[in-house]
Amino acid sequence: MTAEAAPVSGEGPVGSGALEEAGALGKGPGAAGGSGAGGESGATPSLARRTLAVFTRNRLALLGAGVLAALLAFCFLGPFFYHTDQVHTDLDQASLAPGSHGHPLGTTDVGYDMLGRLMHGGQTSLEVGLAAGLLATLFGTVYGAVAGYFGGWVDAVLMRITDAALAIPALFLLVVVAAIVTPSKPVLILIIASVAWLSPARLIRGEALSLRSRDYVHAMRLMGGGGGRAVFRHILPNAVGTVIVNATFQIADAILYVAYLSFLGLSIPPPAADWGSMLSSGITYTQVGYWWLIFPPGLAIVLVVAAFNFIGDGLRDAFDVRLQKN
Amino acid sequence: MIRFLVKRTGQALVVLLLVSAIVFLLLHQLPGGPARAILGPTATPEAIAHFNHLQGYDRPLPVQYGMFLKRLVAGDLGESYKLNQPVFTLLAERLPKTLLLTALSVALAALLAIPLGIVQAVRRGRASDYVLTGAAFLAYATPVFFLGLVLILVFSQQWPLFPAEAPQADSVGGILKEPGGLVLPVVTMALGIIAMFSRYMRSAVLDNLGEDYVRTARSKGQSQARVMARHVLRNALIPLASLLGLYLPTLFSGALVVESMFNYPGMGLLFWNAAQSNDFPVLLGVTLVVGVATVLGSLLTDIAYAVLDPRIRSVS
Repeated sequence: MTAEAAPVSGEGPVGSGALEEAGALGKGPGAAGGSGAGGESGATPSLARRTLAVFTRNRLALLGAGVLAALLAFCFLGPFFYHTDQVHTDLDQASLAPGSHGHPLGTTDVGYDMLGRLMHGGQTSLEVGLAAGLLATLFGTVYGAVAGYFGGWVDAVLMRITDAALAIPALFLLVVVAAIVTPSKPVLILIIASVAWLSPARLIRGEALSLRSRDYVHAMRLMGGGGGRAVFRHILPNAVGTVIVNATFQIADAILYVAYLSFLGLSIPPPAADWGSMLSSGITYTQVGYWWLIFPPGLAIVLVVAAFNFIGDGLRDAFDVRLQKN
Repeated sequence: MIRFLVKRTGQALVVLLLVSAIVFLLLHQLPGGPARAILGPTATPEAIAHFNHLQGYDRPLPVQYGMFLKRLVAGDLGESYKLNQPVFTLLAERLPKTLLLTALSVALAALLAIPLGIVQAVRRGRASDYVLTGAAFLAYATPVFFLGLVLILVFSQQWPLFPAEAPQADSVGGILKEPGGLVLPVVTMALGIIAMFSRYMRSAVLDNLGEDYVRTARSKGQSQARVMARHVLRNALIPLASLLGLYLPTLFSGALVVESMFNYPGMGLLFWNAAQSNDFPVLLGVTLVVGVATVLGSLLTDIAYAVLDPRIRSVS
């Protein structure tokens, strides 16, 4: 850990930012047998096939992919088979315990069916998380590649800006921004992406710094190629493994950000819902012990975030990426 | 060494200036500006213009930024819209409480995470390592507030062992007089840190176990315990201490959530309440303090590193 790496610190919501580092330090259990296997297989298979082979050997990563697929199906296909009214409240049916007639997971404090709400809220959480995570990765990647490739004062200026923004914990920044604008789905995506792009930017900058001195980049420059060509045709394609691995972690973080913002009362107003806002509306009822308002959305968040992290961990081994934060 | 210090401190100053610029720019994004926020939605355009003139808000942006910086250096962070108190006073009152909560959580986390990480490293590849690794991954994925809610449900509702509300005393001393109320907030905050620290310890111990000096110590016939204490732990713990400096932002975010959840009267709760009532001077004051603390934290970490490890000085 050099002095340069120092300002990279605050990304990720509470606790989760550490994961990338921890994952790089100690691999998940399933990864132990998987990594390195691709390189020994004699002839060089294509990158995609080798990647897939290593990934599928990592049991935790496969588990993550399975859980994610199941959750996606539950949230987006579930409502076609399980019809509920998630717009109109029904106070006659409020706060029913799980197992009540027609409500396997019970109902909320204003009478929404909990199982249906879990699907409905999951759509928001997943959509916003995926979109924000991908947007952040896209912007951060280009930003970092430009800074790293051009170096010099461009790099210095661009990186001091990210240092400063990283110095303010993301959650604080998110809350201030969310207080200024009224969140809707697209706004929420933009807000989260506007904070989350910082860590991919730093990561890809480090990658670009090392890639730009490769012979093929020099050769291309000597043949008269410009900076734009270097960034988009050489630097970015070679950093693709790092970008994809980072994107999975970004999505996990973004889903947590959505939840934290909702929890702090700064999300899309009802009747819309997401897993975080479902949790925060359950808080009022901890005193009377309505546990079914809290466990389903909470566990859903844990499952989806863990799934993305396991997938990212598997992909890291598959792409053979060391996520050095430098 | 001196060159490194000067260069690194200069960098930190630039970052600090940029942090203040970000906060300043956010202040200017307020719908209708600060005047609308203070005077309310019914204020006439004339009243707003008058207010803006008095406050200097009608001057060019760079001039305003200069004024903002000047007040900042004098410790003037503006005045809370809702609490009618200087933001500086509010922060001075709340910050120590947040530091107390954070320090207790970090201490508890270190106490548990260091042995856990060592156990994992020594028993690498065995069942206990897998179980602890899985637990750490799940702990990362668990939002702090979900964990807090579960703890409240179990230890405050099911078995009423601890209150679900933090002590409300005015001073740090008063809070310490009600240790029962501190249990749930501290444990909630500590669990995430434990996951992070134990992962770090596991890999740091593993790295060190493979080093030449450990092999040398072993071949000299030193006992396992002595090798662990003298060679492995010493080298693994120093970076752990400095890791703290880097994780300050994460800790502050944790405190924000835990405080608003348990109604703990610290800076995080102040911030959360300000967010609910659009009390922008408070929001921005807290943001600024947290940003400054983070920059100083990473500066001190780097300096500590440079003092401990001469190789870093020469690299930078």
